[in-house]
Amino acid sequence: MSARRIFARPARFAAIAPYVWMVLFFLVPFGFVLKISLSQTAIAQPPYEPVFDLTAGWTAIRSAFAALSIDNFRLIASDDLYVFAYLRSLTVAVTATVLLLVIGYPIAYGMARLPKRWQAVAMVLVIVPFWTSFLIRIYAWINILQHDGLLNQILLALHLVSQPVVWLSTDTAMYIGIVYSYLPFMILPLYATLAKMEPALEEAASDLGAPPWQVFWLVTFPLSLPGVGAGVLLCFIPVVGEFVIPDLLAGSNSLMIGQTLWLEFFTNKDWPVASAAAIVLLVVLLAPLLLYERLQRRQLEEQ
Amino acid sequence: MTDELPGTDVAGRDARPAAGEPLLRIEGVAKTFGTFRAVDGVSLEIKAGEFFALLGPSGCGKTTLLRMLAGFEAPDEGRMLLGGKDIAQALPHERPINMMFQNYALFPHLSVRDNIAFGLKRAGMARADIATRVAEMVALVKLEGLEKRKPDQLSGGQRQRVALARALARRPQLLLLDEPLAALDKKLRENTQGELMELQRRLGMTFIIVTHDQEEAMTMASRIGVMKSGKLAQVGTPRELYEAPRSRWIAEFVGDINLFDAESKLRDGHRLVIGTRDAGALVVAEPREAVGEGKFSVAIRPEKVKLSRRGPVSAAGHETAINLLDGVIADICYLGGTTTYKVKLDTGGMLQASVANSARLDVDAYSLNQHVVAWFTPDDCVVLPS
Repeated sequence: MSARRIFARPARFAAIAPYVWMVLFFLVPFGFVLKISLSQTAIAQPPYEPVFDLTAGWTAIRSAFAALSIDNFRLIASDDLYVFAYLRSLTVAVTATVLLLVIGYPIAYGMARLPKRWQAVAMVLVIVPFWTSFLIRIYAWINILQHDGLLNQILLALHLVSQPVVWLSTDTAMYIGIVYSYLPFMILPLYATLAKMEPALEEAASDLGAPPWQVFWLVTFPLSLPGVGAGVLLCFIPVVGEFVIPDLLAGSNSLMIGQTLWLEFFTNKDWPVASAAAIVLLVVLLAPLLLYERLQRRQLEEQ
Repeated sequence: MTDELPGTDVAGRDARPAAGEPLLRIEGVAKTFGTFRAVDGVSLEIKAGEFFALLGPSGCGKTTLLRMLAGFEAPDEGRMLLGGKDIAQALPHERPINMMFQNYALFPHLSVRDNIAFGLKRAGMARADIATRVAEMVALVKLEGLEKRKPDQLSGGQRQRVALARALARRPQLLLLDEPLAALDKKLRENTQGELMELQRRLGMTFIIVTHDQEEAMTMASRIGVMKSGKLAQVGTPRELYEAPRSRWIAEFVGDINLFDAESKLRDGHRLVIGTRDAGALVVAEPREAVGEGKFSVAIRPEKVKLSRRGPVSAAGHETAINLLDGVIADICYLGGTTTYKVKLDTGGMLQASVANSARLDVDAYSLNQHVVAWFTPDDCVVLPS
């Protein structure tokens, strides 16, 4: 089919538009990053070599290709610093996602059971934090969590503690920040599935002899699994690569991969290693993405 | 657990009342939502083995009453005694009552088999017994071969059967059916009505069905409770409701009826001669309950009205006196089995007459503007307070 015929039909153009977008803004940049990850760092502009120079002729390009190597990946695999950073990222992401699910599910469930007109209000309340810049909200948490911050003042006033508690620069502070920031991404897909669930299903379960906890585990929860899947992935994937929250709220003794990447790129000016770290991160994240894709497809097939 | 409940048959023990004995007693039950009194002091007794219908227009409280029996709503007042035990405050999963939901509420993530087995598993029934009972239920509702399907792979009629099997599987003392046939098309609905009745008779179970369709209630139920604005307006057999409605509202709600407002009444032996504005003087049999001083009307069902070209011989004041009304045909509505004629009476009123088309050729049919005599006996008339 010729290009002219494709563009002559708006519907066909609309069908290929996402692919054009993906190629231009994902595949091509990904190619650049992949190429840089196979290069070596150099004191130059750009700070790596070899550089492809299409004007230098065929032999120059061939020698540039020959100069590419997977040394950076070997480095990442052999250096504990990176391995630990990946492991820490995954641990943080898993822990945070579990926390988000445990906190977000009851909220979403409560929202879905509100009278219709209050559901809209609750929805706005969940979304309203987005109206303030994410960074400002994290800085606000620094204020709340610091030595003489709001949280310690309240705890002292209520005589729950006798000394101010150290919150800032701890994992607790980081988890507070992550849960706070990502909670809407967990709540909204959960709410969407729970709200469209027929209330008669839960009634039918209890009518057939299921006490409330069985109603939840045998009917409500299994039927909300698509929402759980969407919420978990919407939170898990960005949290793995999270940089700002751990940088501002967590201590500096163990880094997440996002922070390591930032250090390599900006402090060490080692673009090739930073690129290789990014590629590995992408591969690590591909697993849950593929899982989500399969989940979605199965759901579509069932409909 | 559930199988410890008195009268629950899941575990094989049974202590339910025999057919004909009182099973359920509802005493002064009321439920208010906000300021709306959905159910307003309903008292009712249902015997074991009955097929009882709660009939009424939407918003009359019939569904709320059913949901209170299932345990989804708690009554604000009154008692609900099942086999002598007050269940008004028991939770849904603690009651030996099961419900078939209006849109079936089948669990979409479970197969037909697991849907039917759901209630049995909750009762802690042994695995082998569950398999036997499920097979029995599948055979009962004729769903053999579909056990592994999910609800969305079934037709509407099949889903309805799964819902029925699921609700029957625990052998409840009382089965509640919330508009069970509303989602089926007309032909399938009629077949299913027959099957439900046959099933109820065979199992000897007690059914309470909620419906807004008076034909459905008349066809299936042995007794009907008509509800209006949260109250039971009348309870009786289908024939009682149709032939002896207690009020004008019930007469109009159940089937078609001609109504003539009374202006005067005169006693004549066992009969009353009632003067009406639209149909002149009508002779009616004296009602069992004396007509009070308030307003009332004379009612006559369309199929009780006979039409002829000339009226039969009748002597006013005589024992065999019948009502003869002259008029012309104003409207004809052919319905296949019957034809409904609207007769414009010479006295001014309109009278509907439903005539069976007992012959294939239309030699007996009347045509528009034809002069006819409409007649009916005093016994066919009902006197109703307005």
